[in-house]
Amino acid sequence: MLRATLKSLLARKLRLILSGLAVVLGVMFVSGAFVVTDTLSRSFDAVFATAYSQTDVAVSAQPKIAVDEMEGEQVATPLPADVVARTRAVDGVAEATGLVSADGARVVGSDGKVLNSFGPPRLGGNWTGTDDLLELRAGRGPQAADEIVVNQTVADGAGLAVGDRVGVLTLEPKKDFTLVGIFGYSGGRDSLGGVQEVLFTEPVAQRLMLGRAGVYSEISVRAADGVTPEQLRDRVGSALGAGYVVKTGDQLAEENAADLQEGLGFFNNILLGFAGVALFVGIFLILNTFSIIVAQRTRELALMRAIGGSRGQMIGSVLVEAVVIGLVAAVLGLAAGVGAGAGLAYLFTSFAGGLDLAPIGVPPAAVLSAFVVGVLVTVVAAVLPALRAARIPPVAAMQDVATPDRPLTRLTVAGAVIGAAGAATLGVGLYGDSGGATLTLILSGVLVSFIGIALLTPLVSRPVVSALGRLFSWSLPGRLGRLNSGRNPRRTAITAAALMVGIALVTGVTVVMDSAKSSLAQQAEDNVKAQIVIGGEQNGPRPPTFDPEVLRRAAAIPGVRAAAGVWNDQVVIDGERAWVNATDDLARLADAYGATAASGTLATLRPDQVAVSTEEATERGWALGDRLTVQTARGDPRPYTIVATYDPATLPGSMLLPAAATAEFGIPQPLTGFVRLADGATVDQVLPRVKALVADSPEVSAMDRSAFVAQQTGDFDTIITMVQILLALAILIAVLGVVNTLALSVLERTRELGLLRAVGLGRAQTMRMVTVEAVVISVFGALLGVVVGAGMGAAVVRALDGEGITDLVLPWQRMATYLVLAGLVGVIAAILPAIRAARLNVLAAISHE
Amino acid sequence: MTATDAGGAVAARASNVWKVYGTGEAQVVALRDVSVEFGSGRFTAIMGPSGSGKSTLMHCLAGLDAVSRGQVHVGDTQVTGLGDKALTRLRRDRVGFIFQQFNLLPTLSAQENIRLPLDIAGRKPDPQWWDTVIATVGLTDRLAHRPSQLSGGQQQRVACARALIGRPDVIFADEPTGNLDSRSGAEVLSFLRSSVREHGQTIVMVTHDPVAAAYADRVVFLADGEIVTELSDPTAETVLDTMKKLDSTELVH
Ligand SMILES: Nc1ncnc2c1ncn2[C@@H]1O[C@H](COP(=O)(O)OP(=O)(O)O)[C@@H](O)[C@H]1O
Ligand SMILES: [Mg+2]
Repeated sequence: MLRATLKSLLARKLRLILSGLAVVLGVMFVSGAFVVTDTLSRSFDAVFATAYSQTDVAVSAQPKIAVDEMEGEQVATPLPADVVARTRAVDGVAEATGLVSADGARVVGSDGKVLNSFGPPRLGGNWTGTDDLLELRAGRGPQAADEIVVNQTVADGAGLAVGDRVGVLTLEPKKDFTLVGIFGYSGGRDSLGGVQEVLFTEPVAQRLMLGRAGVYSEISVRAADGVTPEQLRDRVGSALGAGYVVKTGDQLAEENAADLQEGLGFFNNILLGFAGVALFVGIFLILNTFSIIVAQRTRELALMRAIGGSRGQMIGSVLVEAVVIGLVAAVLGLAAGVGAGAGLAYLFTSFAGGLDLAPIGVPPAAVLSAFVVGVLVTVVAAVLPALRAARIPPVAAMQDVATPDRPLTRLTVAGAVIGAAGAATLGVGLYGDSGGATLTLILSGVLVSFIGIALLTPLVSRPVVSALGRLFSWSLPGRLGRLNSGRNPRRTAITAAALMVGIALVTGVTVVMDSAKSSLAQQAEDNVKAQIVIGGEQNGPRPPTFDPEVLRRAAAIPGVRAAAGVWNDQVVIDGERAWVNATDDLARLADAYGATAASGTLATLRPDQVAVSTEEATERGWALGDRLTVQTARGDPRPYTIVATYDPATLPGSMLLPAAATAEFGIPQPLTGFVRLADGATVDQVLPRVKALVADSPEVSAMDRSAFVAQQTGDFDTIITMVQILLALAILIAVLGVVNTLALSVLERTRELGLLRAVGLGRAQTMRMVTVEAVVISVFGALLGVVVGAGMGAAVVRALDGEGITDLVLPWQRMATYLVLAGLVGVIAAILPAIRAARLNVLAAISHE
Repeated sequence: MTATDAGGAVAARASNVWKVYGTGEAQVVALRDVSVEFGSGRFTAIMGPSGSGKSTLMHCLAGLDAVSRGQVHVGDTQVTGLGDKALTRLRRDRVGFIFQQFNLLPTLSAQENIRLPLDIAGRKPDPQWWDTVIATVGLTDRLAHRPSQLSGGQQQRVACARALIGRPDVIFADEPTGNLDSRSGAEVLSFLRSSVREHGQTIVMVTHDPVAAAYADRVVFLADGEIVTELSDPTAETVLDTMKKLDSTELVH
């Protein structure tokens, strides 16, 4: 039995290669994700080890607010200089160096723009000379207050050379410095994992990066001979007492690596999610292939039944075939995945700079997942066809096997039931209150809905395909193509359903994103009276900011009625972390927005007063006059009294702190500025003058309100693009399915093609006929996808009504584009089968069995 | 021998045609220096034992297969050496086919199958000729049916009508009644004969059935890839006699 199976497997190479390819691609995605994250994580391990190679023990002060790696850089609590002296006095300390090192030193490049960072911090610190780690590549260290050195990555990125005047943004607005040196790190590294580094003289670093003279962010300690880092850590710890964090360099390297691992793990999960979609689509393709193979082998299987094969053996013969394909595909997919993962890791490191690619490894997870996924997917897809094989009666061996048009009733009922179950799950996830299970519910709801819809597709395919086909019926090849696409509703349906999945997801995401965009624009339109906004696009881990002086000067421009800025930071309110806003002047901000208080008055806040949104007040049980304690990143806990509440739609954020608090924010500069014009003044008059004011704040620009909204919603378009790219593989697999179906149609209809050619159908006409079939199938799939995706997207948007997505926008243009692209995809998928059809030898085709 | 057709224009002609399959050991000479003409408006049958090269000759004449040596003409068009485009056009506009089986596209109705060559060419049927053809095939009430809803004889009649509708220079039929019972076969054959007699259609038909051959005006006999003899105005008896004679000469060899 096994031998018979393997023989028939070899005999159907081509078909199997195509469906195997779907599994190979899916497995490649999965194992590639593991390989890239594993390789990157080991590369970063090496970076962190290098970064702490000069540190036996490090001392820092307990941070005021502990921030997760994922949420941005933590603000260090400054250490007074005497702590350095006390550390130095500990027995076993060979050397204790006070270090200044904080995120937020942004270099203005030779193009006048701030040098971007895609994730690593932009550190500013004090020059402490070269050592085994840090080496000067050009120039010398900074000696005067207006001198800096930068690492090679900054110099290259910003296009700087020694002797240049360089603008740097820090806690203070832009200041100009002379670049006196460029440094690198041991082992020829230009940076430590892409981190940008700017070093000032010590007093300047303290003032600009920590906001205070005579303080450090960290003390790096070297142990004397014979003292281990662990011993030293314990001694320093007990000498300094409570309030300090004392760790060995190895510990810190490990902690940093673990933090990064978390980030990479998140990235890995996203990749795996999309790999899952690709594999899900692959199941359709394999299901189709096996159904076809079983149909073609009906006689053979019936014969085996007739000579005594059992049902179990029939099922076995199909499943063994599936397992073999799964295994082969897993091996190939794993190999391809290792290659793809290595390629991605290489791309990433050359993009990030300063990261030496660790040797490519194949983590056990990659191998395990490749085989589990590869075999599972093929076997799951083969189960239905296997059961069908078992149901073939022995008499079929004697009968002429016409492909019977089995009724679709059972399929339709099953589809309706499963689809309803999926929709219900989705509904519970979206509208119910299921806490942590929400995402799982939504995802499984979507998945189950897809299966239900796929089962319903054959029913829809008849009318829709014939309607779509009518578009092409003006020519004979078109009409024949259309008729052919309607011949096997199940096969057409599964092929189209595979394409539906990818298109539906893209469409769904597009609907949600476009709705969010439009809602934001609408809210800005409705609630923000300010005609001019100052703001910038995210260019690194910390948000873009500008000089608050701009706000004061903007207020003085003739024709400006009010100008106010908004600061943003994470704080701890009564023990709970929260993101809050602050403003330089609540009265002016309210005027600029055109907001009125829900209770209390929106007047200028005194240093111990705060305004909160009505929503936040309800949630936390606050009322006017209540007192609360707020801990900022740099200051001490301070008491505040609630003096006003406002509708959250009318002012930004859930809480507005007074100007005094901003000095103690991690980022003590405003992120956004709002300028409202006086009656009679026009944007055209005022905007150029505001623009001139922000010329020295290169991270931001001044623009009219709609441009600002467009800028702020640019991220939504980025998300759409990312999703499109990541779903491209799923769509590619679906296209393989179209190719497969067509290749099969051409093969099955060889005699028909021969006949057509014999009675005078030209080669070009033959190709057109095959192409129309492909286009009809693809457009049908895309149409399903667009409809299903729009439906799902609309459901999500409705569910997010309370979260501020109030508009439902159907992206007609994009949906039309998807349909057109699907048509194009059909044309491409048809190329090979069409050529094959056109090349058929007429005589051989006619006599084909 | 060279078989010429008595008088009139020539609808198709093979001159010194050789057809060789394979090379070396596996080489098969299917046609050995065959020269034959088929007169316009005549109904010719090609007979011979299985494997004698009947189908091969027909395929070469119809431009479905290339000859190894020699020349083939349809009307005054030289078929030998034509490219795929020209051959396709030749088949579409000037030649009709009836195969033994699988003549019809299952997705198209009888009517659409009949119109197929015209639709491919983007031509409209001449309504009068359409009515005539449909009436002679006797399918008026079956036109909307799919092939699967028609009997074998009806399917072959649809195929005949399809071959006829474009008024080709010549229709080639390869054992058109080979799969039919004798009554349906007789219907198809009478139809073919009447289209020659009444409408001047030229038909070349391969058969191994003497009764079928008797419907023709002339029978050409093939053996071993060569034309051995021919009969004019055959009857079933004369055909059978000739076959017996040929069989005995074969035995003499
Ligand atoms: N494609 C082919 N390849 C090799 N030999 C062929 C091929 N087609 C036909 N032949 C051989 O050519 C000879 C004539 O075949 P054919 O014309 O089909 O005979 P008939 O139609 O008279 O039965 C036979 O010996 C046959 O085996
Ligand atoms: Mg033959």
